[in-house]
Amino acid sequence: MFADILIMVLKVTVIFAGLMVAVAYATYMERKVVAHIQHRIGPNVAGPFGLLQPIADAVKLLFKETFPPGMVNKFLFIIAPIIAFVTACMSIAVIPVGDLVSIGGRQVELIISDLNIGILYIFAVTSLGVYGVVLAGWSSNSKYSLLGGLRSTAQMISYEVSIGLGIVGVLLLSQTFSISEIVRQQSGSIFNWYFFKQPIAFFVYFISAIAETNRNPFDLPEAESELVAGYHTEYSGMRFGIFFLGEYANMIMVSAIASSLFFGGWNGPFLPPVLWFVIKVVIFMFIYIWIRGTLPRLRYDQLMRFGWLILFPLGIVNVIVSALIVAL
Amino acid sequence: MAEPRTMTINMGPQHPATHGVLRILLELDGETVIAAKPIIGYLHTGIEKNMEAKTYTQALTMTDRMDYLAPLSNNLVYVGAIEKLMEVEVPPRAEYVRVIMTELTRIASHLVWLGTHAIDIGAMSMLLYCFREREKIVQMYEFVSGVRMMASYFRVGGLTNDIPAGFDKRVKEILDTFPAKINEYEGLLTENRIWRNRTIGVGVVSAEEAINSGLSGPNIRGSGVAWDLRKSNPYSYYDKFEFDIPTGKNGDVFDRYKVRLTEMRQSLRIVSQAVEGIPEGPFITADRKIAPPPKPEVLQGMEQLIHQFKIYVHGFCPPKGDVYFAIESPKGEIGCYIVSDGTKKPYRVHFRPPSFVNISALNKLVRGRMVADVIACVGSLDIVLGEIDR
Repeated sequence: MFADILIMVLKVTVIFAGLMVAVAYATYMERKVVAHIQHRIGPNVAGPFGLLQPIADAVKLLFKETFPPGMVNKFLFIIAPIIAFVTACMSIAVIPVGDLVSIGGRQVELIISDLNIGILYIFAVTSLGVYGVVLAGWSSNSKYSLLGGLRSTAQMISYEVSIGLGIVGVLLLSQTFSISEIVRQQSGSIFNWYFFKQPIAFFVYFISAIAETNRNPFDLPEAESELVAGYHTEYSGMRFGIFFLGEYANMIMVSAIASSLFFGGWNGPFLPPVLWFVIKVVIFMFIYIWIRGTLPRLRYDQLMRFGWLILFPLGIVNVIVSALIVAL
Repeated sequence: MAEPRTMTINMGPQHPATHGVLRILLELDGETVIAAKPIIGYLHTGIEKNMEAKTYTQALTMTDRMDYLAPLSNNLVYVGAIEKLMEVEVPPRAEYVRVIMTELTRIASHLVWLGTHAIDIGAMSMLLYCFREREKIVQMYEFVSGVRMMASYFRVGGLTNDIPAGFDKRVKEILDTFPAKINEYEGLLTENRIWRNRTIGVGVVSAEEAINSGLSGPNIRGSGVAWDLRKSNPYSYYDKFEFDIPTGKNGDVFDRYKVRLTEMRQSLRIVSQAVEGIPEGPFITADRKIAPPPKPEVLQGMEQLIHQFKIYVHGFCPPKGDVYFAIESPKGEIGCYIVSDGTKKPYRVHFRPPSFVNISALNKLVRGRMVADVIACVGSLDIVLGEIDR
């Protein structure tokens, strides 16, 4: 009993700490990769290769005054970044980061909680993430923030539908909601990956996920050239930093879900499973950053049209066709 | 039904995408723009008034600061106006170098426009690519005049100094590398689906509207009016070179983008013709009342020493009268009106800045469109606030 609790605490601590380090170094990776895309060097002063830059950033943000502007709704203003961050981190609980390992003679699964409805849990939690953005936009008492909040309400809710449709494609084949079970089904050969069975579902999922995480080319809620910084215009110090961390945590979660559902999760030859999982997530993060360094931004109405008239029907057709094939 | 409620929003003057300190008062219905009112004056530096307190040569340095992205075009219109007033003969060598440098200036200005326009629409890497190429041109300024940005390279009657040895080699280097770079920009944007969505059909100005609004430069050419002072009203040596005037069809943001990119190629074409034909000879007029004599002569002769002393201590005095002279700057028609009362300082200098006239068309461009289009339209008008406020 005691050992179980100890292992549980250990798992939560290690995985959560891992996520936090990953978030910090995702910012570093983003700055480095974008810098090289743009013929710059990127951070290179703090520590070797600028590796201590995320720590320097965090220290700077922590020591800054978190100044709430006048006339804001204090309670919502303070709680919004917390919602955004916490919901972004909560999904990690059901993501399997590796195969079974034995610790002190026990078989331990490298997952915080192997829920049998893991995917539904992720849906539920990520939907809550919208509230962080919406409340931030509405409580800030600023027109730019309000416009950012309005945009993201529409955008994140519409794209959530497409995300769901993308994932349903996999669910139809896997017949289970448990993510660790889905990952296990993809072991053996690379052709067992659901990406090869459900390529359309993957693209629907990944494109919607970019929109869901407010990344370029769908970064309308925070389009800096139009809305200054969108919903977090009025935030400063660590409250702003928490939004920032939340966004990166979201990106990592989306990458982790994509690699678990479509690319075999921790499955892979030679290297330890945890490493394979990390490699796949890093590749997805790289694609995110690559897109950001290359593409212009869509306009609000074009974004909605793209979501509802292209991705949504595509997702539905894919689900219907897959369902027919499975049923027959 | 209740009154439709609108939201008034201040875009700028410290907004990241208004190119300096332009302030736009937007009236919004949701995300749709009902009215856009540009408010200027945040960068007023009193350049025109200041020029009245300086001699003609001293005042030249102030013109650089108007359109700081195209300093040599401003130099050219100012010295051109004085030369017209004084009927000065400019030696051919100086005219050739002037053409080369102002065309390079046009490219530099368009590069900054392209970078900032693209970053406004979200393509953030373009800015860095464009500034990488612009750096080569800025280094050319430094090479010929010693100054990177505010070159003040032209003088009444010619140039400040002769071009350094190796000038043509460095110009040819630019000619060799730039076409590939422009292709690179086009590869990133022209066929890009998102870029086309954001620019085609946005901010449309018909040819008639463009003429009525007084637009000039690439903005009017994008609407299909082939109006270019270099062709219609040739100054300097522009009638000696072959080049085309690119025009658009629909007058939208995309057409203005295409026109500017093609203009860069045409500018390279002009430069390549000019650099082959730079003649030998003096770089500034031999009229000793306007330009100082060469230093060796000053050290030898009494009369030359007096000339040098008079030029540097007193300056020159154009005849009484007034003059208007206009050239095609990268932004459009820049005109200079000078009133002379016969003394060494101008009585009044006034500029017709193209950006000022172009920005006045903003409301027409954006009415009924979305907030994001305002940014695209402001970017595509290519304004510089230093020039608008002066």
